[in-house]
Amino acid sequence: MSRSAMSPSSSKQISFGPANLIARPAETHPLTWRLRDDGAPVWLDEYQAKDGYRAARQALAQLSPDEIVQCVKDAGLKGRGGAGFPTGVKWGLMPKDESLNIRYLLCNADEMEPNTWKDRLLMEQLPHLLIEGMLISARALKAYRGYIFLRGEYVEAAANLNQAIKQAKQAGLLGKNILGSGFDFELLVHTGAGRYICGEETALINSLEGRRANPRAKPPFPAAVGVWGKPTCVNNVETLCNVPAIIGHGVDWYKSLARPGSEDMGSKLMGFSGKVKNPGLWELPFGVPARELFEDYAGGMRDGFTLKCWQPGGAGTGFLLPEHLNAAMYAGGIAKVGTRMGTGLAMAVDESVNMVSLLRNMEMFFARESCGFCTPCRDGLPWTVKLLRALENGKGQPGDIETLEQLCNHLGPGKTFCAHAPGAVEPLASAIKYFRAEFDSGIAALNTAEPPSSKTIGA
Amino acid sequence: MSQSQLIQTDRFSLSEAERAAIEHELQHYEDSRAVSIEALKIVQQARGWVSDGAIAAIGELLGIPASDVEGVATFYSQIFRQPVGRHIIRVCDSMVCYIAGHESVLASIQQQLGISLGETTGDERFTLLPVCCLGNCDKAPTLMIDEQTFSDVQPDGVARLLETYL
Repeated sequence: MSRSAMSPSSSKQISFGPANLIARPAETHPLTWRLRDDGAPVWLDEYQAKDGYRAARQALAQLSPDEIVQCVKDAGLKGRGGAGFPTGVKWGLMPKDESLNIRYLLCNADEMEPNTWKDRLLMEQLPHLLIEGMLISARALKAYRGYIFLRGEYVEAAANLNQAIKQAKQAGLLGKNILGSGFDFELLVHTGAGRYICGEETALINSLEGRRANPRAKPPFPAAVGVWGKPTCVNNVETLCNVPAIIGHGVDWYKSLARPGSEDMGSKLMGFSGKVKNPGLWELPFGVPARELFEDYAGGMRDGFTLKCWQPGGAGTGFLLPEHLNAAMYAGGIAKVGTRMGTGLAMAVDESVNMVSLLRNMEMFFARESCGFCTPCRDGLPWTVKLLRALENGKGQPGDIETLEQLCNHLGPGKTFCAHAPGAVEPLASAIKYFRAEFDSGIAALNTAEPPSSKTIGA
Repeated sequence: MSQSQLIQTDRFSLSEAERAAIEHELQHYEDSRAVSIEALKIVQQARGWVSDGAIAAIGELLGIPASDVEGVATFYSQIFRQPVGRHIIRVCDSMVCYIAGHESVLASIQQQLGISLGETTGDERFTLLPVCCLGNCDKAPTLMIDEQTFSDVQPDGVARLLETYL
């Protein structure tokens, strides 16, 4: 692949990459087989020629909403936004009371976590796959309206989704009495105005309502009291894009996709970034060994760089050592080595990177993006930045590392209002665990060597 | 922002086009408050930034307190409550771009423009801001200038990149 310096994205979608270039038969690559080799968006005619909207036609004509929910439950589909909550179970939380007939389906397309770049590909190149997924899901949830909550910086995704929605409306695939089924569904793109916290599902609801994006207390869950107080379901882009294939090809086929031993079903967009030979994104079966992803797909490290550690799935997951590449990429497989699979988009850290500096960069992000509502997160995260900066500059004080460890504990799961701070301290705790010597060398009184420097980065 | 500034609305009014665009958005939501963020973006698109007068005018049009509009405007990082340059440079500062050397790219931009993050050049040409991961991690370091994304940006290529924006 050419890595032409600073090419603007006008000729090809910015999301064009290895996912477009590998062999991807329809039988094993339900998410990406329709991608074009040139990365151009797949518009309605081509999408329908590639079997598109067949599952939606089938769902609307032959399946009751409850049957769709059951099918997704049986398939074992789990949320692809990072938390991995079973989608069918979430759908099943929607109220049974038919008189509550104003319901919403929200698509979480607020992709902003560092090293998370999978939904962009789906939305830019396969906008109709998301629309079809939302149409079937809305039918299952009895939602009359859906919103795609898209981050504002994804301008090409916004343009392509709006164009695809227009095409779908003209073809009678959205709007009133869709395909003669009597089902109405209206779909709108809502673009955000920044702030990572909007990706937290209840913060997303507040933002959609035109409020500050502070997360809400749960319960009540969005299924009971969601946007404008109505039953609401929030699902990630990739999650929704799995639904057409499950309906179209059935539960048994879907369950056959993952590698033996995987407890998670289906395929997943997985990636590797950092100083690997072939950074990219690929649709792979759950249960694939991380080593296969790293070596066979990402090509291993670039010449002159050695793998120091890696992160399996986004900024909010813990660091792992090279030996952990033997772990299998599914929730339970990564849990066995002590962290979470997250989004499945991994990052390689090479030996030239100092962990204190890297964590300073990461915690600056988490501190900046805290909504400021709860005290541990609002005050704790800037404190980690302050301590990491001191250590980075060789001016740490004895006890600073212990304070960081304490913060990792006090900002951990269950101690803050939402999952933002626990996600922020997970990589920090693991970095201290595996690379404590690098933190130690930032303490002034103990410091005999040169302070760690980030100046070597950028080769 | 002092209270006295916030109520000086006499010299500000929304243009017909802004008003029409905001009213069009009202059809897409269940209540008018939901349009507040989009309304701020509409005004910003037309004027570059959101002044005190615009906050009050949006509040009035949507029937919500100006303080609520202000609360929203200051929460979201892509709404500007002070004048900005003609072009916005958004440098991705994710950890992937960090590993790829974004701090050197940033230093090169800062040196050439003579501004720090969050500042605007004296000739009002550029404003420099950090941005959350742009989702372009296989092509890091990456940045946006206005609505255009650039990949694999190198410090020594910054000058050539900036000179096309007048």
